[in-house]
Amino acid sequence: MIDQIWLVPALPLGGAVALLVAGRRLRGVAGGLASLTVGLSFVVGLLILRDLLALPAESREVTRTLFDWIAVGALRAPVELRVDPLSLVMVLTVTGVGFLIHVYSMEYLHGDPRYPRYFAYLNLFVAAMLTLVLANNFVLLYVGWEGVGLCSYLLIAFWFERKAAADAGKKAFIVTRIGDTAMLLGIFLIFSTFGSVRFDDVFGAAGGLAPATATAISLLLLGGAVGKSAQLPLHTWLPDAMEGPTPVSALIHAATMVTAGVYLVVRAAPIFEASPVALGVVAVVGVVTALYAGLSAIGQDDLKRVLAYSTISQIGYMFLAAGVGAYAVAIFHLVAHAFFKALLFLTAGNVSHATDGEMNMMRLGGLAPRMPRTTAFFAVGALALAGIPIFAGFFSKDQILAAAYAGGFVLWLVGLIAVGLTGFYIARAFFLTFAGRPRHQAHPHEPPPLMNIPVLLLGVGTVAGGLLGLSAETGTIHGFLELGEAGHARGGLSELWLGVIATGVAVAGLALGWRVYISGRVDWQALRERYVALRRALARGLYVDDVYGRFVVLPAKATSAFSAFVVDQRVIDGAVNGLGRVFAGLARAGRRVQTGLVRSYAVAYLLGAVIVLLVVLGRT
Amino acid sequence: MPAEFPWLSVTVFAPLAGAVLLLPMAGTARRAAWARRWALLVSVVTFVLSLGLLGAFRGGEPGFQLVEQAEWVGPLNFRYVLGVDGISVFMLLLTTFLMPLAILASWKIERQPVAFMAALLALETAMLGVFVALDLLLFFVFFEGLLFPMYLIIGIWGTGRRVYAAVKFFLFTMAGSALLFVAILFLYFRAGTELGAPTFDLRELQALPLAAATARWLFLAFFVAFAVKVPLFPLHTWLPDAHTEAPTAGSVILAGVLLKIGAYGLIRFNLSLFPDASVDLRGFVSVLAVIGIVYGAVVALIQDDVKRLVAYSSVSHLGFVVLGIFAGTLQGMSGGVIQMVNHGLSTGALFLIVGMLYDRTHTRDLRKLGGLGRRVPVLAGFFLLVALSSLGLPGLNGFVGEFLILLGTFEASRILAVIAALGVVLSAIYLLWAYQRAMHGDLPAELENTPDLTARDYAILIPVTAAIVGIGVFPKPLLERIEPAADRHASFIAVEPEPKLVSFIEPGAEPLNPSAAEGD
Amino acid sequence: MRTPIAYFLLLSAVLFTIGTVGVLVRRNALVIFMSIELQLNAVNLSLIAFSRHLGQVDGQVLAFFSMVVAAAEVVVGLAIIVSIFRRRVSANVDDVNLLRW
Repeated sequence: MIDQIWLVPALPLGGAVALLVAGRRLRGVAGGLASLTVGLSFVVGLLILRDLLALPAESREVTRTLFDWIAVGALRAPVELRVDPLSLVMVLTVTGVGFLIHVYSMEYLHGDPRYPRYFAYLNLFVAAMLTLVLANNFVLLYVGWEGVGLCSYLLIAFWFERKAAADAGKKAFIVTRIGDTAMLLGIFLIFSTFGSVRFDDVFGAAGGLAPATATAISLLLLGGAVGKSAQLPLHTWLPDAMEGPTPVSALIHAATMVTAGVYLVVRAAPIFEASPVALGVVAVVGVVTALYAGLSAIGQDDLKRVLAYSTISQIGYMFLAAGVGAYAVAIFHLVAHAFFKALLFLTAGNVSHATDGEMNMMRLGGLAPRMPRTTAFFAVGALALAGIPIFAGFFSKDQILAAAYAGGFVLWLVGLIAVGLTGFYIARAFFLTFAGRPRHQAHPHEPPPLMNIPVLLLGVGTVAGGLLGLSAETGTIHGFLELGEAGHARGGLSELWLGVIATGVAVAGLALGWRVYISGRVDWQALRERYVALRRALARGLYVDDVYGRFVVLPAKATSAFSAFVVDQRVIDGAVNGLGRVFAGLARAGRRVQTGLVRSYAVAYLLGAVIVLLVVLGRT
Repeated sequence: MPAEFPWLSVTVFAPLAGAVLLLPMAGTARRAAWARRWALLVSVVTFVLSLGLLGAFRGGEPGFQLVEQAEWVGPLNFRYVLGVDGISVFMLLLTTFLMPLAILASWKIERQPVAFMAALLALETAMLGVFVALDLLLFFVFFEGLLFPMYLIIGIWGTGRRVYAAVKFFLFTMAGSALLFVAILFLYFRAGTELGAPTFDLRELQALPLAAATARWLFLAFFVAFAVKVPLFPLHTWLPDAHTEAPTAGSVILAGVLLKIGAYGLIRFNLSLFPDASVDLRGFVSVLAVIGIVYGAVVALIQDDVKRLVAYSSVSHLGFVVLGIFAGTLQGMSGGVIQMVNHGLSTGALFLIVGMLYDRTHTRDLRKLGGLGRRVPVLAGFFLLVALSSLGLPGLNGFVGEFLILLGTFEASRILAVIAALGVVLSAIYLLWAYQRAMHGDLPAELENTPDLTARDYAILIPVTAAIVGIGVFPKPLLERIEPAADRHASFIAVEPEPKLVSFIEPGAEPLNPSAAEGD
Repeated sequence: MRTPIAYFLLLSAVLFTIGTVGVLVRRNALVIFMSIELQLNAVNLSLIAFSRHLGQVDGQVLAFFSMVVAAAEVVVGLAIIVSIFRRRVSANVDDVNLLRW
């Protein structure tokens, strides 16, 4: 079945093309068709997994070349797919979660005038994401990389009649493209250094890299990763991206696309390993982002924006794990996060579906009695996110913190603080949305079954996902991935104690959320009034976006206007037209001679003739 | 060798013959309808001929093929020499491919349709001639010959300040070609003293020994003529006016083919004739190209007129082309050549779409557009696809060229590649913003009844978007034919590549170290 | 006895002067035209006179040449004058200054 690996991206791609070309005719079956292609991809992925497991562990790395793509001189960038444990884990996550979200969307988007286009984009996204994770060279990876960016743009701006949605889509594309361009330069540097862009060649020779080159390549690749995964400082597009339909947020902006950066770092680990500086930067970016996004999440009033900042924060954890060399743990958290964050988003989607799109928590509340199942599933996701034992998030987050502790005390401590913040903000979101007295007029109701089944399955994954990786040493997924582990060289607290402390902090965060928002012992609405400046700062993500607006966008616009209206029209074209005017002026002076009187010409003629005659006669 | 069929002469002069036969059709509207069909037929036949030419063309050879020679003015050694290599053959195809689309896009022209079609066909002959002439005088005749039809197309069938635009276009180009002509004559007479007989034949002139300073002046004379056409900053200001005021077909041809003539001239003449001067002045040209990339993009950001926006985007994109040409690496040169084709397709398509938009809304002002994505989803879809191709989305054609150019430049000069990469980001901004302003948001009331594409529009857009996607997914047929000629030209100014960590590995071969990817 | 060449030249000079004055002072295009013809014929006269005086045919050839040119010029010139007259009902050259700035 491994030979049929091309089917995995080809199936959704075929679906996308069919829906784009004949969407109107396929309207009735668009959702089913799209779901089917992704489902089939998942099945093919499972069959390939079976074949791969049948191989001995050391030869679980198969590549298949489909055709030559760009080949000029020494540059060879074929369309070449790579099946190994890492890519397969990603394939299964993407197609598995993707399939569930496709199914959910069939009901969620029902009746939308652009229903077929939605599924075309969603299928295209899955195809691009699969290309990204299956690529066996950096250029093909970049195809998927930009492809998912495009689909993200299309889907965020899906309801483009709303200016906010159109703006958010454009912003997402442009901000991530800044990172992508850094990554593109990284690919050039890779080619310039190694003379190849294929993974086998590059990673095989990465050991011989000079540290400075390794650092340069790693940081450029990290630029791409930071943009796509919405890490500091290129994170500002993700909260805005919540303008898209909620299933899109679940699939693209939580479970899959935004974790591509983590995948990239893990995939390019041999290069990162050659540069301790770069790995350190990855860890610091991750942990600072985790803290920053955790703080910002507290200030959000929009449920989806809470989840968006939460995603940024959680991906920060994954970066932290990768940065301290715990690659398998990073991927494990990626998978676990895909489950529980998709669950949280889809339950948020249920809320939105039930309340005509109301996502402002200040106007929600008290939904629990009306939507008990949704409430329960959101709670499951929230507990997993907070890292409460038995849920998937507990195991992965615990292992990250343990690895961080081995990597450096400060990393661990900051990560731990962020755990507390996580507990608090998700408790706040849960209580404000589902508990207390209703602050709205809507009549919420549970969604139809087609939306419940995916939620149920994701819930199961969230609860049982932990079984995949009970510990960093013996976990199933860790063993399968075989990515090598960071040594646990650091003494001090044992892993058990680390786990207990982390869980304690998480519980404390949750408890604080409960105390502030539901126990009645704190008047949180009064607090909101009292700390307006703080609340506003948190709500605006510590004004990072405003700083960009003031110091990047505004000067750029001014430069543009100056170039267009002063340099181009006045200086350059002014010089051109000025030259024209000089000649026109000369001509205007010269033409005065032409009086239009024939007889005056004749006199001039006569005089001229006489003068010439005199000159000639005078000579002789 | 099969029987010698004069592919080049037939292809080049077929449109002109068609144009001559058109002239008697002027007059009644009934005849004009036939004239349109005839013009379309001629252009399609020319395209088919050029496909035959491609079939006769043998890839893998760097030199000129299908060469035709004849005496022209015997005593003075003016000769008629045509030939193609892997670079010009695709310029030829691009021209013959775009022309039927341009004619279809002008189907509804009301003023003097017969004359318009004749002008387009005459223009096609001149453009094709430019790409295949190997005799400098013959080249110059074609080079000047295309000015006049274009001047008429802008000046008579244009909009707004069309006469200003047409005169500006004409004067800019003439100023450049005056220098070019002097330089050509200089070479001719110098060949008389150095090579024994005066000649305009490019292949013979390549052997002409020139003092370094002389070569540099001649390089500059050629350079200015072609830089105006490209156009390179700061000689670009005719372009926005000409593009904006020209009718759709004029803009398509202008962007699709005419600008390529400048870049083509740089490859064919500047690099071939003055390799040493090219090396000396490479830095200067590359810096101008990079300025053009960033400047064109920055100015495009703020344009409200879609056509002006696309025109400035051309300045930016052609900067990439020139940058690649002067990178002195195989990748850069190949990228430059394929990007010429790509730009012709994407920007040509953009102008076709803008033309369709204008026909429906009667405005090109983005401030008056909006929300059309809901009303004309198919048109919007094509617009987005073409915009994405223009901004270099992988999987579409623009990426292949841009990637190769930047990669090739990176090998030659990292700092230039980094600055040029800024253009990649900026192009996303101005194109997506333009798309958003036209297609997203609220629909103005007066655009409520805008109709979506007609069958004729589909006939125009499907071939060009098919080419865009085709080249993006499978550029190999082009790249493998371009490579030998690109290699030959790049070697004139080649830079020494840095040593690599991995020696070149054949695709499909087993990796050196199978467990490499698992890290260490 | 041959007439001395001075007589011919004198007549030629007088005719030429009359023609020149006519061109300069008259306004009617036709009269100007006739004056120009007078100038031309004055020149022709001197050409033929010299030819006879020197016993060579060159001058006569030249005279024929200038007559042919004059005839061609008259054709074009009269056509212009007639078409201007049709349009303006005037043959006054001072009225015709369309090509002036």
